[in-house]
Amino acid sequence: MTPLNQTHRDMNAKMVDFGGWDMPLHYGSQLDEHHKVRQDAGMFDVSHMLPVDIKGDDVRGFLRRLVANNVDKLTLPGKALYSCMLTPQGGIIDDLIIYFLSETWFRIVVNAGTADKDLAWMLQQRDTSAPHLEITPRRDLAMIAVQGPNARAKVWQVVSGSQAATEALKPFQSAVVEQYFIARTGYTGEDGFEIMLPATDAPTFWKALHAAGVAPAGLGARDTLRLEAGMNLYGQDMDESKHPMESGLAWTVDLKSERDFIGKQALLNADITPQLVGLVLIDRGVLRSHQEVVGLKDGIEYKGEITSGGFSPTMNQSIALARIPAQIAIDDEVNVLVRDKKLRAKVVKYPFVRNGKVLV
Amino acid sequence: MSIPTNLKYSKSHEWVKSESDGTVTIGISHHAQELLGDMVFIELPEVGRQLSQKEECAVAESVKAAADVYAPISGEVIAVNAPLVDEPGKINEDAYSAWLFKMKPSNPSEIDALLDATAYAELVASESH
Repeated sequence: MTPLNQTHRDMNAKMVDFGGWDMPLHYGSQLDEHHKVRQDAGMFDVSHMLPVDIKGDDVRGFLRRLVANNVDKLTLPGKALYSCMLTPQGGIIDDLIIYFLSETWFRIVVNAGTADKDLAWMLQQRDTSAPHLEITPRRDLAMIAVQGPNARAKVWQVVSGSQAATEALKPFQSAVVEQYFIARTGYTGEDGFEIMLPATDAPTFWKALHAAGVAPAGLGARDTLRLEAGMNLYGQDMDESKHPMESGLAWTVDLKSERDFIGKQALLNADITPQLVGLVLIDRGVLRSHQEVVGLKDGIEYKGEITSGGFSPTMNQSIALARIPAQIAIDDEVNVLVRDKKLRAKVVKYPFVRNGKVLV
Repeated sequence: MSIPTNLKYSKSHEWVKSESDGTVTIGISHHAQELLGDMVFIELPEVGRQLSQKEECAVAESVKAAADVYAPISGEVIAVNAPLVDEPGKINEDAYSAWLFKMKPSNPSEIDALLDATAYAELVASESH
């Protein structure tokens, strides 16, 4: 469990098992929490995710080979980069964020469910290519995401001195303020911070944010927010059997530079692949993951699958991410098999919602 | 609280209210809506449809999951709560006033065989462990 477990229980959270972690699903209403993040400020305990510090000479050289995105984009200290870590076959081991702190210290934040596997993979790669590097999982840190149009202002209210240090941060930049590591990143499509801090300080910090008007939000709202924001969920929209090109993540893969990375050759050899698209349901109902997408294009029947589906509280209709053949175009109409019915959905370019505004 | 004694209940968490004219009103229990979370979609049966006991006849979907609603008794659907379709959240606000549909029972003895409040409370308690 996370350092905030008792705090969640004290706030009447409905707790659920999430891959072995006892996490808050909601604190009363998932819909209210969703709207609070879109309109004001909400906070999520994401301490189940794992920060991993990599220290030593030439960490950058090690990361150039380890991940699919190009760490040479990280020039300013504090800058962050989203990337996939791939198998030699190009499958996605995990998606992660890399923070560049100095040439001898990078921090990678990985998903909770994949943390053990990721760490084992990193250590294995380290042992063969850069045995001098020190790789340290940081379970001593808690992580709280404060998200929403008013999120940054509320953090500044709570952490003295943080405004001066973080007001100028652009998205995907971070700064250290005393015991807080503050990054302007998130998983909701709203402005805000993800903050790492010593686990022992987390309950006090959480309560101070709550007192400043930040609403606690659970995994339920986190999922509907990230779906509206068109952000992939590992294990659902992608896994080791899928490569980034068929997971809507081609933009995170650097195939242009000379740099070799694990999985590169497999991606270069990949044939035309399916694509990940957005769907907006035209008929009434709710799209759910694993529902089948069917249709006819140029006289040929095709099939696809919803990878993440749900109800969009901001749009008040159902949306989904779906993996469908490459020949299906934006604005095409597809059918989704929902129980005994074929429901009509429109193919759209995601994200669906960003910064409180509907984009589709 | 949340389990009114004037109602009967099915094992699949529907509540059944016997009206004075012999018809019954049907909804889903407070416990069921609590398990499902915020409701976002309701599909109701056609008026006039003949239902057998335990037949799937409606769908209640929350942000979290889809749940089938089963006919707690056999009979004909004589009315549906159409406005609920536009405001599924009413079920979360008060599961016992947000009814789904009304039936004319074809075999009233099925109503007597449903769970009373005490038996339903025991079922809920046993399922929460």
